[in-house]
Amino acid sequence: MSKTFSIGGIHPHDNKISINAAIENFPVMERAYISMSQHLGAPAEPVVAKGDKVKTGQLIAKANGFISANVHSSVSGTVNSIEMLPDLSGNLVQHIVINVEGDEWEESIDRSSEINRKIVHSPKEIIDKIAECGIVGLGGAAFPTHIKLSPPPGKKADYLLVNGAECEPYLTSDYRIMLENTEEILIGVKLMMLALGVKKSYIGIEENKPKAIKRMKEIASKGYPEIKIVSLKKRYPQGGEKQLIDAIVGRQVPSMGLPIDVGVVVQNVGTALAVYEAVQKNKPLFEGVVTVTGKCMPEQRNFRMRVGTTFESMIFAVGGFPKDAEKLVSGGPMMGKAVSRIEAASVKSTSALLLLTLEETKRGEEANCIRCAKCVDACPMGLEPYLLNRLSRANRVEDLEANMVHDCIECGSCLYVCPSDIPLLDTIRLSKAKVLKIIRSRPKK
Amino acid sequence: MTAIIIFTIASLTVLGLVLALILYFTAQKFKVVEDPRIDDVETILPGANCGGCGFTGCRAFAEGCVKAETMDGLFCPVGGNDVMKKVAEYLGRSVEEKVPQVAVVRCNGNCDSRPKSNNYDGYTSCAVMASLYAGDTDCRYGCLGQGDCELSCDFDAIKMNPRTGLPEVDEEKCTACGACVKACPKMIIELRNKGPKGKRIFVSCINKDKGGVARKACAVACIGCTKCQKVCAYDAITISSNLAYIDYNKCKLCRKCVVECPTNAIWEVNFPVRVPKKAVAEVEQQ
Repeated sequence: MSKTFSIGGIHPHDNKISINAAIENFPVMERAYISMSQHLGAPAEPVVAKGDKVKTGQLIAKANGFISANVHSSVSGTVNSIEMLPDLSGNLVQHIVINVEGDEWEESIDRSSEINRKIVHSPKEIIDKIAECGIVGLGGAAFPTHIKLSPPPGKKADYLLVNGAECEPYLTSDYRIMLENTEEILIGVKLMMLALGVKKSYIGIEENKPKAIKRMKEIASKGYPEIKIVSLKKRYPQGGEKQLIDAIVGRQVPSMGLPIDVGVVVQNVGTALAVYEAVQKNKPLFEGVVTVTGKCMPEQRNFRMRVGTTFESMIFAVGGFPKDAEKLVSGGPMMGKAVSRIEAASVKSTSALLLLTLEETKRGEEANCIRCAKCVDACPMGLEPYLLNRLSRANRVEDLEANMVHDCIECGSCLYVCPSDIPLLDTIRLSKAKVLKIIRSRPKK
Repeated sequence: MTAIIIFTIASLTVLGLVLALILYFTAQKFKVVEDPRIDDVETILPGANCGGCGFTGCRAFAEGCVKAETMDGLFCPVGGNDVMKKVAEYLGRSVEEKVPQVAVVRCNGNCDSRPKSNNYDGYTSCAVMASLYAGDTDCRYGCLGQGDCELSCDFDAIKMNPRTGLPEVDEEKCTACGACVKACPKMIIELRNKGPKGKRIFVSCINKDKGGVARKACAVACIGCTKCQKVCAYDAITISSNLAYIDYNKCKLCRKCVVECPTNAIWEVNFPVRVPKKAVAEVEQQ
């Protein structure tokens, strides 16, 4: 029996058209644009200067502050400049621009394809290694992994949940690594379990990926009895942190709480692979699997791509800009971010580049709410989006807080089901930010 | 039959009297003493309830006026100096006259000078748009054009011009209540002194990028070239992070900076039409 979360959820068409495309190495570009804000928290501080020679995998920027992560060079060459460049949403972010010359890796990185199964590190060493290699959560939010793996004093994790649900339509990067790097992921999960000191771990995979479930189960049964593979129902947002915890261990994360409050830590399969590579192969996080897809594209492919590749070059690698492409999305169609500058570069947590046609993206004209309550049924957090929308427009902040607007996970389910095309998510997201700001500004008890 | 009627009337009368007594004593006990002046001040105020004074409405402002010791910091932008004078007179205090102000839009990048680099197809709201990304042109500072200011205005004084994509202020109607200043997520709108006969000069740009970047995004952006600062004889212009700002208290409206500005980012309002220098020279030659 497949498991699932208890309330809400929608069933968008999964459109996994790139599912059979094996991972290919993306050619190294001529110039890499490496952002200093690839993670949640403070931007990293560059430690190289203009004109410096760097090797692939070399540390080029140090974590700056508690919530921050190291950044490594994804290419080898000369630092062209350190400047403020627009990211995909047009906001200026500090970038290190590197002119590529050959592809010379740091000697310390183990580039053999052999799987290193022997774990020699202590929990402390594992966490230090993860921090040093700049691993961030690859599920989307890009939260520095080493912080997630060191729970605050007084709190203890019972389970490690690994998210292989990939509930976003179109995305296949996690699926491909689950098929092609199965054992590496399992070792990565084991390393994180050691670091956390937990005895049991679950990997949740949606049932529309039977091959991945089968292969994962096969390998896990051979030498990883502490890791259980759980089949999940196909339902969006199955991969949401709180939904995954509900589905697999049946615990409810309290409002404004973190998974660690109920003794759970959630990581993504991509992060598990990055942890394996960092600890066992000494390889910092500077490349990842990116799905380049879209129905209007001549072909859909999965690439192993260096951080700092421009979206422009990704499109040209798969045959150029299709005529009818209207919108570029970094990530999936539900929670991805629209790319407003094609000259912007990919970051660590970029999982896909999706091209949509006007027909696919066009929003309908907003009509009156007909009180059908479809949004209430769809909300996985048990909120009432139609009400929150009205309160947001009237700017009634106290009522918004009383109706728990801050619990919204911005999954977009309400907007997806609304027959009147009301921009529910847009207004709710705005008031959520407002309410969160007020809550955080209150003196702590 | 008559007995029942008499009994009913009598019992109801007694009941009414008892309840009236209870109500009378309760009202005496829990009486809220309110300054009668608050009502009077409220009738003087315009009653727009716009919140421009910083209070929640006209009643709250009246209460604030009565309770405050002096009239410092209290000003009704809708009623202006006249209303404030009346309020002060009624309360027996003095009030300083305030220079009338007006909302000014500090972005002049219209559709021609600031071409769109992408299309926004989301919800029509500047606040939502600003929370999503930097905007549909290459200028990160400029007007988003979704009309939050127009919606926020209680006096119908600011309107989006569909031809330029920018808001325009009707000086006659603008009361300088500051609602649009708060509504604009890009902080483009500023309250400035209206100036003598409405004449004023301001930098109609808030782009803080370096000159090249700003110019590339918008043909009429302030590029921070300091030419206006050099030409200004009254030290009214300051330049910080590649952006000029004219202090309206120091500006003597000489208009030298307007001519000097290479990108036409400095605007003059309500001045007589200037004859172009070239034309003057040509006339002289002839």
